[in-house]
Amino acid sequence: MAEPVLVLEALSKSFGALKVTDGVSLAVAPGELHALIGPNGAGKTTLVHQISGMLTPDAGTIRFRGQDVTAFNAEKRARHGLARTFQITSTIASLSALENVALGVQAKAGHPLSFFRNAASDERLNRPARAALDAVGLSERAHVPAGSLSHGEKRALEIAMALALEPAAILLDEPLAGVGKEEGERLIGLLKSLKGRYAMLLVEHDMEAVFALADTVSVLVYGRVIASGDPAAVRADPAVREAYLGEEG
Amino acid sequence: MNTGLLIVQILNGLQFGILLFLVAAGLTLVFGVMDFINLAHGVQYMLGAYLAVTFVALTGSFVLGLVLALAAALVFGLALEFLVFRHLYERDHLDQVLATFGLILLLNQGVKIVWGAAPLSVPLPEFLTGNVALMDGILYPTYRFALIGSGLAVGALLWFIVEKTRTGMLLRAGASNAPMVSALGVDIRKLFMIVFAFGTMLAGFAGAMAAPILSVEPGMGDTVLILAFVVIVIGGIGSIRGAFVAALIVGLVDTLGRSFMNDLLRLFMSAPSARATGAALSSMLIYLLMAVVLFVRPEGLLPARGRT
Amino acid sequence: MSATPATAEVTSVAPPRERSRVVLPALLFLLLALVPLAVSFGMPAGWLALLTRALIFAIAALSLDLILGVGGLVSFGHAAFLGIGAYVTGIMITEGKSEALVILPAILVTCALFGAITGAVCLRTRGVAFIMITLAFGQMIYFLAQALSAYGGDDGLTLYEKSTLLGFNPFANRTSFYYTVLIALGGAYLLVRGLVASRFGRVLRAARENPTRVSVTGFDVTRVRLIAYVISGMLAGLSGFFLANHTEFVSPAFMSWQRSGELIFMAVLGGVGSLHGAIIGAVAYLIAEDALSHLTEHWRAIFGPLIILFVLFTRGGIVGMLRKLGSRHG
Repeated sequence: MAEPVLVLEALSKSFGALKVTDGVSLAVAPGELHALIGPNGAGKTTLVHQISGMLTPDAGTIRFRGQDVTAFNAEKRARHGLARTFQITSTIASLSALENVALGVQAKAGHPLSFFRNAASDERLNRPARAALDAVGLSERAHVPAGSLSHGEKRALEIAMALALEPAAILLDEPLAGVGKEEGERLIGLLKSLKGRYAMLLVEHDMEAVFALADTVSVLVYGRVIASGDPAAVRADPAVREAYLGEEG
Repeated sequence: MNTGLLIVQILNGLQFGILLFLVAAGLTLVFGVMDFINLAHGVQYMLGAYLAVTFVALTGSFVLGLVLALAAALVFGLALEFLVFRHLYERDHLDQVLATFGLILLLNQGVKIVWGAAPLSVPLPEFLTGNVALMDGILYPTYRFALIGSGLAVGALLWFIVEKTRTGMLLRAGASNAPMVSALGVDIRKLFMIVFAFGTMLAGFAGAMAAPILSVEPGMGDTVLILAFVVIVIGGIGSIRGAFVAALIVGLVDTLGRSFMNDLLRLFMSAPSARATGAALSSMLIYLLMAVVLFVRPEGLLPARGRT
Repeated sequence: MSATPATAEVTSVAPPRERSRVVLPALLFLLLALVPLAVSFGMPAGWLALLTRALIFAIAALSLDLILGVGGLVSFGHAAFLGIGAYVTGIMITEGKSEALVILPAILVTCALFGAITGAVCLRTRGVAFIMITLAFGQMIYFLAQALSAYGGDDGLTLYEKSTLLGFNPFANRTSFYYTVLIALGGAYLLVRGLVASRFGRVLRAARENPTRVSVTGFDVTRVRLIAYVISGMLAGLSGFFLANHTEFVSPAFMSWQRSGELIFMAVLGGVGSLHGAIIGAVAYLIAEDALSHLTEHWRAIFGPLIILFVLFTRGGIVGMLRKLGSRHG
């Protein structure tokens, strides 16, 4: 198996007396879609925050593309090719969809902060941005302000913003949260089309989606990974059934 | 420089720090609990002083005048809360800054219209005139001791309320997590009003107590307001303990800097250049202190617990 | 329009908002350019001096709008930069260096340094703390000017000479003074507008709304804001240069905290973040101030409540109202 892109080793984080991440170790290989599931309050989002650099773990290391990035802040990790989406939609509401994506292209480009050229008409930014919008099926909505898009479109836009970074890995924090059935199916199709091209860590509640998409599933309960493996094995694991799947019915 | 002068200046610094604490305490709670920036807080201090001028002259008694001035300051503060502030809690900081700035323009001018532009004063209360002999030949005014003492007493009371009572517990919780407190079923509006009234009283009290030793004039609140900001930033927003420690530090550093900077610089400078540099440096000293503290600890010295 | 494919269409058609953002500023500058002409046709001459002053403050308000409106940073210490510009001008003229091409670089360097140092400290905090710290630094410079006894201290410094520009005296004549300031304002406006539309400006705008998203996209938000803060301070320093030449006097009052508050109000009055709104706001503010102060010495007691009412009951400032009047997309 190829060298993993993202490796967590014994990651731990506490808020006061509460251990929200308790010795989590896992690895995501290139092109692998690794799903992270667990009941509410299991510490999934906190873990994603630590991987993306928005929270600092108390102990443990994060290795990304062979490099120890534990001490890097969020922007440095992003520049190294680690992209993420948010559980609660996080776009720039007043900028158009195209501009939102172009922001990512710009971060990746040679002169991320050039001062005088008009950015809105810069084809070096707009062409890749349109390609990313195209990939998520939003090309007709390019000039709509992100704040006016439908909820499902915003979720897709966030994925396009991540793609614009040409990332090596994408962290997807509940991309289907709050999305209706039809839009959900479209998003699942989108994720399927990305499968194999990026290493992805997917946090998701929708079990149907997880078992349809994931190569590997890890189960997080009270900050601890209680099971990890291929979907069928995890589904059959009695500990998982008791802690998690059981309560879902 | 001699020991006697040093002791007197340290006491002056303490007294100044206590005044700053009284103004900053209310302000820091309002920031912490409501995330509301009230530039007009300094005006409450000024009004306390002016009301003391009027009521002490009217009643002929310092204590009675002080009590009436406090009551009037409270009524006025509540009126402002009802008319203006209440409509700003949900607005962004820019709106809050502008509206309370407008209030300062109005009230500074209003004070001029009512009391005139000339500085006024309040006579020292009879029973607190005179001096206390600290050691042979060194006297310190009794009133200033009384001011330090009453400030410390108010500080202790405040500590008791914030640390030991249910209201205080809600305040502390509110300072770190307002939505959580309202989720507990507490009427957050009522809590805001209590905090606000309390802060107003403290600022008014500081102004009234300062009236006999400072000249009472329009704009007197502005300088104090900005110093209170420095105190709050150094101490940590929303933190009463931080405000107390920082107020004493700022009071002492400012007072001692102004008195001894020249002498200090004279050690390695000529007299005229020491005077020029000393004047510039001592007036900038607390701001430099603030910059250093912020650079090392952006959240302040003693940040309110649970606030990030 | 024929049925072109969506992708081709979006590249050629600018969003409608862009066009309305050209007409209003162009009209504004045209009107301002005609003022001296109106004066020669009988408009009271006092207006020229008043509007020169207004345009000087417009440069400062415009520079503030870059960080306040575009960047979302409520700086309450902006008058410090204006004061630094005025003081550098006053001190250099007093020392016999009145050539603008010598003074201006000195102003820009001083303001950039002050902005970089104080900005680096201020930007470590957010929200209420940022407002308080910028205010405190402004006050620090105010006290420093008061302590400058060699240059007038508390009383201020009278200038017995105005600046020259390449040996010419553009400030000697009222009309040429007006046009010099107007050209500087036009240049500043185009510069700031260009900045806002650039890659840098896009990141600055995005960071106002959602700094977290911007930083996980790979940008150093603090650095972007610091650059904006420094540029804004340098432009405000430029307005200080004109102000010193216009009043022929500099004093600590130039950088009092009330002055910073007034600058904020100018930016907000016109319509925050729209750039030309800051110009309209500055002009409106100075005209209103002039009119009210002729009415009563207690004009602040009228102005204060007006500010409060403005905040409580209007949204979007003058530009917002104009936009609503000619509403295409209400």
